[in-house]
Amino acid sequence: MKQILLATAAFGLSASMAFAAAHSVVRLGTEGAYPPYNFINDAGDVDGFERELGDELCKRAELTCEWVTNEWDSIIPNLVSGNYDAIIAGMSITDERDEVIDFTSNYTQPDPSSYLALDGAEPDYAAGVFAAQAGTIQASHIAASGATLVEFATPDETVAAVRNGEADAVLADKAYLLPIAEEASDLSIVGDDVLIGGGIGMGIRESDTELKDKFSAAIDAMKADGSLNALIEKWLPGSATF
Amino acid sequence: MPTRARGTAIFSFCTDPSTLSDAAWLGCYLTTGKHMALYWSFGTVLLLLAITAPTALAFGFGGAAAARSRFLPLRWFGQAYIAIVRGVPDIAFFLFFVIALDQAFEYIRHRIKCPDWDQPVRQGNDFVVCAEAKLPLGNAAQWIHETYGFFLAVLTFSIVFGAFAANVLYGAMRAVPHAQLETAEAYGMTPRQTFRRVLVPQMWVYALPGLSNLWMVLIKATPLLFLLGVEDIVYWARELGGSKTPRFTDYPHGDWRMWYFFALLVFYLCFTRVSEIVLERLMVKLTYGQATLGGESQRKAAA
Repeated sequence: MKQILLATAAFGLSASMAFAAAHSVVRLGTEGAYPPYNFINDAGDVDGFERELGDELCKRAELTCEWVTNEWDSIIPNLVSGNYDAIIAGMSITDERDEVIDFTSNYTQPDPSSYLALDGAEPDYAAGVFAAQAGTIQASHIAASGATLVEFATPDETVAAVRNGEADAVLADKAYLLPIAEEASDLSIVGDDVLIGGGIGMGIRESDTELKDKFSAAIDAMKADGSLNALIEKWLPGSATF
Repeated sequence: MPTRARGTAIFSFCTDPSTLSDAAWLGCYLTTGKHMALYWSFGTVLLLLAITAPTALAFGFGGAAAARSRFLPLRWFGQAYIAIVRGVPDIAFFLFFVIALDQAFEYIRHRIKCPDWDQPVRQGNDFVVCAEAKLPLGNAAQWIHETYGFFLAVLTFSIVFGAFAANVLYGAMRAVPHAQLETAEAYGMTPRQTFRRVLVPQMWVYALPGLSNLWMVLIKATPLLFLLGVEDIVYWARELGGSKTPRFTDYPHGDWRMWYFFALLVFYLCFTRVSEIVLERLMVKLTYGQATLGGESQRKAAA
């Protein structure tokens, strides 16, 4: 017993071992409501582009990972407070967020956002009413454009707002809106795509540089060998690859 | 690596739902792992109520007793608890207090378990404690994290509702006729005995209308659970009811949130109705033999 204690104490001294102790399990926080990036499948598990990507990244970085879901509104406060170790939730890299947390290398190109409206509708982009999920780059884009912004807590509600006439159109990532536009008979993509944000990356606590470097290295390796492009083509057809 | 093992389809014919008839489809749809999570979350809500109600009552009793204590600092403490917690908006309390509470626990553990730690706990925006101080430990199973989150939720609810209960009980204690207390004193009871034997047994009848109100509000406040990271029935109803495209599910459907919320409405209405019936019976019982209008009419009816 004493030997084990001594061994543990010796382990604790080494910095890299301290990392191993702190991150024997890396908890990945996601929203679970933003297909195809992340969603809860029929079995009740996290699924989607980021699920597959995250599992692969953890394998490459030799980390044991666990998936947890958290509401979008409080996803950053819970990260900095240490309730999980990384955000992997379709979060675009922006300067505002970068002041609070750090981002890994981006794992998607700056993805075009687009407008989804009822068939035949021609929204007034300068003065219309637009729905967006609260706290997203799209919400700040609309707010800055001078049009009226209506915010919702979940992506699903933003689309519902267009259906029931509360908003003229919804602005969101194109990869999210495209499957909806294809399946729904009454909705379609309107207007030009908007380019905002610096691509999607994983959010990591600023003090946790070692974890950030590990994930960045794994992402860069996946970019280099083309496996990331394969994932993008599978889950986000039409999106730019690396 | 699934976050938790949830059952697969219960019926064997559910392998290809798109070929099924309506009834069979519905049977399969309502027994997906996701729906099982919804059914479990009803249990979560009931469990939360079952634990929170007595705990909040205990907090309330403590707060009320402190607020009328003859020891000044204790009185200040009780009155400050009641005033501050009642004054802060619930949503602010639930959004920020839980994170603060969690950090407070971790900070205390950090000070005890890692005295040699040389880095600051606050690093910019980050809250960093040593790995041994994390609550629950970083490598703990997901169910431990969920249970911990649940108990943080119970504690937060108890503190909030305890403050309201404290105010109700404080008022109820003052409503007990003063003559009763003076008589007890005249019989030579100490203040403590008077409190235990005369004041407390008689105050419930005055407290019950306020407490039953609180119970109803508590039932309706349970959807705040999701703010605390606990997946409750409203979260699952919203998640399951949202429209689903065939690409991401075997059971595509339109916006069905209305039906899910209707089911929740029925659940909450049934639950509050049952509560009302139970509380009414309790009231009749508590009124028995009391020097109140209700007690008097009971006495006359019996005579």
